[in-house]
Amino acid sequence: MQTDRFEIGGRSFTSRLIIGTGKYRTFDEMKTAHRASGAEMVTVAVRRVPLDRSSESFLDHLDPALTILPNTAGCYTAEEAIRTARLAREALGTDLLKLEVIGDQTTLFPDNEHTLEAARVLVREGFVVLPYFTDDLIMAKKLLDAGCPAIMPLAAPIGSGLGVQNPANLRIMREQLPNATIIVDAGVGTASDAAIAMELGADAVLMNTAIAEAKDSAKMAEAMKLAIEAGRLAYVAGRMPKRLYASASSPTLGIVR
Amino acid sequence: MSQRLLIQINGEALEVKENISLPELIASLKLKPEQVAIELNEEVVRHAQWESTTLEEADKVEIVHFVGGG
Repeated sequence: MQTDRFEIGGRSFTSRLIIGTGKYRTFDEMKTAHRASGAEMVTVAVRRVPLDRSSESFLDHLDPALTILPNTAGCYTAEEAIRTARLAREALGTDLLKLEVIGDQTTLFPDNEHTLEAARVLVREGFVVLPYFTDDLIMAKKLLDAGCPAIMPLAAPIGSGLGVQNPANLRIMREQLPNATIIVDAGVGTASDAAIAMELGADAVLMNTAIAEAKDSAKMAEAMKLAIEAGRLAYVAGRMPKRLYASASSPTLGIVR
Repeated sequence: MSQRLLIQINGEALEVKENISLPELIASLKLKPEQVAIELNEEVVRHAQWESTTLEEADKVEIVHFVGGG
């Protein structure tokens, strides 16, 4: 699969797995899981520095070879997301951005309206905007028209581990937007979920909780790596059609009776 | 005797000395400049402009860094 590279924002990756850095029990566990995953890009969040105590630099715990993708997690309005994005860019010197504007605290479903508004502003300011949104074809088209180089539909609510809840939607999106870069982001729980996302035609999968909350995060990270490779290979191979009835695999002539 | 200013940092009211520069503020909070980004009254202040940026009464400062996230 050497030539099957994943391109985004002028960068080229071998791995189609993007992982998060949140929820790990320890930094060592995070680093071990990252290595096992083979991921080349990781997300980070932007937060106020605590003023009442010293805090070590989180970035020091990341493998320097990783591409960092800052997110706007925690933002509920376009304005908050835009401010967060600008701060992240100033601190990291990267134009890459995972745009996340949430509409509801319980479901953490995105506010698509605010997401689109923020995407338009940030694309104009030169950001490479990767927007997280609900798996809605119409929204996907608007985000791509706004200049987002990729779109990130959710599989299921963030941290739910439910896997792809609407495979038909993702299939439709892939068929209707054949040239779009589609990254399934949020809701993946186990390896088969990631494989299914890739078989539906996703270009990559972004996950955090599925690995961080596994009993053995390094093993799950490796499982995800393999699942994404398998799913991608199956997709590229072109699966057989589904049939309602049987189709014999062995010849029907020359049977000993 | 230098005047004190009442400003907001990360949502908290704080008194700082008048004419304090951003690098001095960061140092006084025991932070490393290369690990944080600063917003002053909702506008990002580029690192190159920290030295020349002075604070005024009622300024709202946000100082952020990176943490784990998905």
